[in-house]
Amino acid sequence: MEVTSAAEVARLLGQTGYLCDDELATVTYLTLTMQRPLLLEGEPGTGKTALAEALAEALGLPLVRLQCYEGIDSTQALYDWDFPRQILHLRALEASGGAELEEAEKSLYDDRFLLARPVLAALQQSPALLLVDEVDRADDEFEAFLLEVLSTWQVSIPELGTVRAAIPPVVVLTSNRTRELHDALKRRCLYHWIEHPGLERELQIVRSRAPEVSEALARQVVGVVQQLRGRDLTKPPGVAETLDWARALHHLGTAELDLESASTTLGALVKYREDADRVKQALDQLLRA
Amino acid sequence: MVPTGSADELGARPGMTVRGGDEILLAFARALRAGGVPVTQDRAHDFLAAAALLGADDPAGVRIAGRATLCTGPDDLARFDQVFEAFFNDRDGLPRRRPVARTEPSLTDLPLDDGSAAADADEVDDVIRAAASPTEVLRHRDVAAMTAAEKQRLAGMFASLRPRPPLRRTARHQPWHRGDVDASRTLRSSLRRMGEPAAIEWRRRAQRPRRVVLLVDVSGSMSSYADALLRLAHRLTHGIGNVETFTIGTRVTHVTRALRTRDPERALVAAGETVPDWSGGTRLGETLRFFLDRWGQRGMARGAVVVVFSDGWERGDASMLAEQMARLRRIAHRVVWVNPHRGKDGYEAVQTGVLAALPYCHDFVAGHSLATYADLVEVIAHA
Repeated sequence: MEVTSAAEVARLLGQTGYLCDDELATVTYLTLTMQRPLLLEGEPGTGKTALAEALAEALGLPLVRLQCYEGIDSTQALYDWDFPRQILHLRALEASGGAELEEAEKSLYDDRFLLARPVLAALQQSPALLLVDEVDRADDEFEAFLLEVLSTWQVSIPELGTVRAAIPPVVVLTSNRTRELHDALKRRCLYHWIEHPGLERELQIVRSRAPEVSEALARQVVGVVQQLRGRDLTKPPGVAETLDWARALHHLGTAELDLESASTTLGALVKYREDADRVKQALDQLLRA
Repeated sequence: MVPTGSADELGARPGMTVRGGDEILLAFARALRAGGVPVTQDRAHDFLAAAALLGADDPAGVRIAGRATLCTGPDDLARFDQVFEAFFNDRDGLPRRRPVARTEPSLTDLPLDDGSAAADADEVDDVIRAAASPTEVLRHRDVAAMTAAEKQRLAGMFASLRPRPPLRRTARHQPWHRGDVDASRTLRSSLRRMGEPAAIEWRRRAQRPRRVVLLVDVSGSMSSYADALLRLAHRLTHGIGNVETFTIGTRVTHVTRALRTRDPERALVAAGETVPDWSGGTRLGETLRFFLDRWGQRGMARGAVVVVFSDGWERGDASMLAEQMARLRRIAHRVVWVNPHRGKDGYEAVQTGVLAALPYCHDFVAGHSLATYADLVEVIAHA
């Protein structure tokens, strides 16, 4: 995890195919050196989760992903006991007719029966990269719990003792801002808002992520998408949509973007009926520009 | 910017006189706090550490360090850039502490009864008076027509509102003494007894408070109600908990954080400082669109009870408003439109904005007096 500068982070990420701007590279560098969690926010499809994946690959760390959802609790994030296996174990002991009572009991709470959920797994396999995805979907209580783990890097299991990370994991949290996160959690994190990339960078991203798409087609696709973002849309397309669209056009054997191919594949780009109508009307003009 | 002294040294000697890079950065953090970004001590500490890592003599590095450590949302980022520019490049542009000159009413105390006490003293004692109490009268008076003193008295009466959150059923179950059979818990408790049959466990769907989103129109035509409406929003924020408040006018401003301050007066001042467009024009359609794009669609309005406080004066074409209200209705659980003019005699829904929005509202209620606010609280609780 020894990186010495933001430029090196950018280079490492670039090798995995993730192209980031200076600010994101610098914030990532700070995350690694200051050992703080990184909180990423931004429009859907701007590459928040992709950054975590690329970072894990670049640093050669195992990626442990915790997908948050409403109602998630600590047994789904930390650990759980494998109850059926414990019962089987007891039955086996019964059948073999051995084992003292106390010993049998003790053997139930063994590492073998511990199901390590993402947070515990990340602490156990340190160093690791822990991705807490869409943390805004979890409840407030879960946030408080997460805060506790993020500040101490340890988890105590009453039956086994405390598990502590030898090296604190690199933590990336992503949020779509469906609700405001608690200030206490934000305070612990470095914050970065990911914007849509500019024309040249997006072109680079398409070239590196979808190398099968020809340069000319990629340039046309990115050009149209960039214009669309400036327009009046309910949901402006993200980078993920750009890639989908470019790939869709490629699969249909399109060499050059024209009115017909664009309108038939529009479903890959805009996901609202109102948007689709608007884009269709303006397509002619967009393609000429 | 000169790189000297580490953050720890600075913390150890708070009263030091050396003008180091850290001190300049701390002064910047303070300016940022004055500019409305909630900078805490430990964040400022992180900022120094991050800036030291990137080199405090590199303006771009300091900027990135500050954005990452001091900001917590896109609103903060915009303010940060403004203050940063002003602090390091052009000191004239520093945001003013009180950005908008609001006309604060001068308050004078009046006696709590209606001022006729002196006249009453002359009257014969055995006359039975059957007037309503001044408090009760005030409850039904139009907020816009009140004097400053009456408004002050009314402000205290907002505490008498008892908001209750609207509830929704969640996907999760909770143990309950009747309801459906909780098969897995029953089986587990029986397993705990090594397969002996045990008592049957029951469960029901759990209930959680639904989010309430308040959109308060603070444009010129609503200015006489803005104060009362924000007080109501403050009361709801503290009575219900899961409440998000936005002011709409020419822009959309998220004022939840300001309204979380417990003291209503301070909360209102804080909200006043946050909102840049008091008594401006209205572009309801556009602002609603911005709200839905930036917050609503992402989830803030999803399944929520959305309450719009507005008189529906829309400048120009209302088709945009209709379109956005249709969107809002598709996302939200319930849309309530509160119009301060609704409860008045001779009111007819003729404003273009109201006409465009009405088909998409579940409830259309009055909102000009405390009594109507009490009714609104009930509407929200049962939404």
